[in-house]
Amino acid sequence: MRLPRCRALPVLVALFLAGCSAEAPKAKPHGAGGPPAYGDAYVTGSTGEPSNLIPVLASDSASFDIAGLVYNGLVRYDKNLKLEGDLAKSWDVSKDGLTITFHLRHGVKWHDGAPFTARDVLYTFRVTIDPKTPTAYSEDFKQVLKAEALDPYTFRVRYAKPFAPALASWGASVLPAHLLEGKDVTKSPLSRSPIGTGPYLFKQWVPGQQLVLVGNPEYYEGRPYIGRFIYRIIPDASTMYMELKAGGIDEMGLSPVQFSRQTNTPEFLARFNKYRYPAAAYTYLGYNLRLPLFQDRRVRQALTCAINKEEIIAGVLLGMGQIAHGPYKPGTWAYKDKVDDFSYDPARAARLLKEAGWVPGKDGILEKDGKPFSFTILTNQNEQRQKCAQIIQRRLKKVGVDVKIRVMEWASFVTNFIDTGRFEAVLLGWTISPDPDIYDVWHSSKTQPKELNFIHFQNPEVDRLLIEGRGTFDVAKRRACYYKLQDILAKEQPYTFLYVPDALPAVSSRFRGIEPAPSGIMHNFIKWYVPKQEQMRE
Amino acid sequence: MTKYLAKRIAMLFPLLIGITLITFLVIHLAPGEPVDMATAMSPKVTAASRQRMREFYGLDKPLHVQYVRWLGHLAHFDFGRSFAPDHRPVTDKIVERIPVTLSLNVIALILEFCLAMPIGIIAAVNRDTPLDRAISVFVFLGFAVPTFWLALLCMYLFGVKLSWLPISGLHTLGSDKLPALLRLWDLAKHLILPISIATFGSLAGLSRYMRSTMLEVLSQDYITSARAKGVKERVVIYKHALKNALLPVITLLGFSLPGLIGGSVIFETIFSIPGMGQLFYQGVMARDYPLVMGILVMGAGLTLVGNLLADICYAFADPRIRHGRG
Repeated sequence: MRLPRCRALPVLVALFLAGCSAEAPKAKPHGAGGPPAYGDAYVTGSTGEPSNLIPVLASDSASFDIAGLVYNGLVRYDKNLKLEGDLAKSWDVSKDGLTITFHLRHGVKWHDGAPFTARDVLYTFRVTIDPKTPTAYSEDFKQVLKAEALDPYTFRVRYAKPFAPALASWGASVLPAHLLEGKDVTKSPLSRSPIGTGPYLFKQWVPGQQLVLVGNPEYYEGRPYIGRFIYRIIPDASTMYMELKAGGIDEMGLSPVQFSRQTNTPEFLARFNKYRYPAAAYTYLGYNLRLPLFQDRRVRQALTCAINKEEIIAGVLLGMGQIAHGPYKPGTWAYKDKVDDFSYDPARAARLLKEAGWVPGKDGILEKDGKPFSFTILTNQNEQRQKCAQIIQRRLKKVGVDVKIRVMEWASFVTNFIDTGRFEAVLLGWTISPDPDIYDVWHSSKTQPKELNFIHFQNPEVDRLLIEGRGTFDVAKRRACYYKLQDILAKEQPYTFLYVPDALPAVSSRFRGIEPAPSGIMHNFIKWYVPKQEQMRE
Repeated sequence: MTKYLAKRIAMLFPLLIGITLITFLVIHLAPGEPVDMATAMSPKVTAASRQRMREFYGLDKPLHVQYVRWLGHLAHFDFGRSFAPDHRPVTDKIVERIPVTLSLNVIALILEFCLAMPIGIIAAVNRDTPLDRAISVFVFLGFAVPTFWLALLCMYLFGVKLSWLPISGLHTLGSDKLPALLRLWDLAKHLILPISIATFGSLAGLSRYMRSTMLEVLSQDYITSARAKGVKERVVIYKHALKNALLPVITLLGFSLPGLIGGSVIFETIFSIPGMGQLFYQGVMARDYPLVMGILVMGAGLTLVGNLLADICYAFADPRIRHGRG
C-alpha cells in the first residue's frame, strides 16, 4: 500500500489514495522481545513506481513515499496532525499575519556532508516559482511577496495578505541548493538518486523492481533503528497480498475483506499486527447544481434521507468505516462532532419530495410537470464506488427516484464529463488534507473548467467563511468558521457525504515501537525497531 | 530476386510513416492529456501552472506541428523525452526494460516451439485417436484458461502453501551478495512460473497449426508413393513429411519477432516483472505520448522487418516461390 504519508508535505489531494488517519487505533500488546536494536530491513510494497525523486517535479504518491524519508521540510505535521518544526527549529508569525520568520536548525547536514542553510530554502522557493519548472505546486509559494535569507539560519517570507495554509506549504521538501543551483532541475541526476537531509539515504533504484534506502547515521533526530527501507514495486494487489503472506514484504494496506475475513487465522495473527483507523478521505455523491433538477434544496435533502449510509458501510466496507457528515475527518480540530445532518428516513424523504412538487406517476416513479425523476450517477472504475452506486440506486427506487449508473474510465470521466459539466450526479472521493482550508472545492470562484467546484456550489456565506478561515492563523477563529461551514453544508446537501473509510495496514509483528496516532502509524518510523534475536533481513 | 527485395524494402518506409501518422492521431484522440493525467483533481494546481506545463511539453502547438516536430526527431533516431515527471529520454526507458522482456520471451518462444511442434506432429500422426483428443483438450485448456487466474493459483500453491518458488519479481532480497551461480539459480527460480504459464497458454496456436500442416502434407501423393515404396513410417514422417510441413512455421517465426519485445501487461503486472508491457501500459494511462509513440514505432518496425525476413526465408526455403513471380 502507500505509506501513510503524514510527515511529508505537500499532501496530495488527488482522488484515489487513502493514507493518513485520525483517532488512536487499537494497538495490540507486543510479546517480549528485547531492547531497541539497530538493524534489519523494512520491506513494503507499492502498486506504483515513483516517477521523480525531486518532489517539486513529482505528483504521484509513490514519489512522495520515498521523498518523505529522504528529505525534510521546514515544518511537518506531528502525530496529532499539528504543525511542528522540522528543519526550522521554530518560527514567528508577525502580529499582522503577513510575515513568517523561520529559525533554522543548526548542524543539519545534507547526505553528501554539506551543511544545510537558508540558501537551500531560498533555492527551493525560487525553483518552485520559476516559470521554467514544470511543477504543479507553485501556487502556495506564489502568494509570497518577498522571500529572503537574513542569515544562514534565518529565513523570512512576507505575504500580501494573511494566508493560513501558507505555513503548511513550507512543509515542502527542501532541495540541496549546492547541487542544483544554476542547473536545469528537470535534467538533474538527483531525480533518480536524491540527496536530502532526511532519516534515510538513497542507496539504489532497480527500475521497475525496488528502491533501497539506508538509515542515515547522522540524522539530526538520531539514527533510525531500522537499517534499510525497501520499497518493492508490486503492481498487482493480489500478488502483493500473497507476498505479504509468504514473507516477501513486511507491510501492506489490507482491503476490508482481507482485514475482516481472510486474515483472522491464528497463523496470520501471530506474524502480523493489524491496525485500523480512519483514513484521510471521504466518498460522496455530488449533484450538478446547474441542473434545475437539483437546484431545490429540499430535493437534495430528500435524496440524502433516502440513502442508508450505514447499509453502504456494511455492504461496501464490511463495516470498516464511518458515516461522513461533512468534508472533514472525524477527530481533527476542524471537524464538528454534531451537525444537523439528514439521517436515513425514507418517510421524510417522501415528504420533502412532495413539498418540492414531485408526485407519484406511472410505474411508481415520481413526476413533476410531466417529467419523471430520473438521473444518472457517474463513477469511475472503482469497485467500491460501483457497489455504492448500486446500493443507492436500490434505495432511491424505493422513494420513486429512477437512477441509472454509468461507469467510466478515469481519463474520459474527467475530460469529457467533469470538465465539461456534462453530468447529473457523480460518486467520487476526496482526500482530506490536514489543513482544513477547502477553498478550492467549495468557493464559488472555483467553478471554471478543470477547477474543483465542478458541481457549481455557490453560497455567499460559505465564500465569506472560506476567506475568513484562510485569512487568520488563530485556530479558535478558524475553527469557528469551519464549524459554521459544516452546518451550512449539512443543511444545503450539495453532496450527500457518504463515508470515511478506515485505513487497514498489517505490519509484521517483529517491528516494535509502533504508536498508532491520529496521523496513522508512520509518524515515528525512525523509532521502530526489531529486537536483535528477531532480526530477519541483513 | 534482387528486384523483389528492393521493392519490398522500399515499401517499408511509406508503410512506417503511415503507421506513425495513424498511431499519433489515435493516441491524441484518447481523452485527456499528459498534463491532465498528472494534475486532474488536485487543488494545488491552477490554470496558469497547467498552461505552463503544457507549454513545457509543447502541447500548446497545433497537432500537425507536434507531429512534424516528432518526426524530425525520429529522423535522427531520437524518440524524445518522456512526458512523465521523470523527463527521461524515451530510449533510456525502453532500453532499460528490453533485456528482461526479450530474454523472457526468447526462452518462452524456444520452449513453445520445442514443445508445440512435437505435440502437433504426434497429434497429426495419431489423428482422431484418443491421444489426439487428449492433446487437443490439453492445449485448448491452456488456451482457454485465463492466464492471470492460473498464475494466481500457481503462485498461491507453489509460493504461499508449499514455499517452493518465489511469488513475484526477479530477484530475492539480498541475492546481489550471492556468488554468480547461486544468483543465476535465484533468477531461474523466479522465472519458472512466468515462463511455464506463458508457454502453456501459447501451445495451442502453434501445435494446432503444426498438426494441420502436417496432415495436409501427409495426404499428398508423394507421401503415398513413399509409403508404397516401403519406406519406413518413421522416415516418411520425419524426413519426407516434416521438411515440407515446417515451411509455414517460418512465417510464424517471422510474426513472433515483434512479439519478442512486446510484453503482456496482465502477465507482467501479476508477476511484478518490469517489462515492456507494463511500460507501455503506464505510458498509455499517463498519456505519455513520446513513450507510447516510441514503443509503437519500434513494434511496427519489427513487425515489418519480421514479415520481410519471413518472406525472404520462405523464398530461400521454397523454390516454388523463389522461381515463381514474387
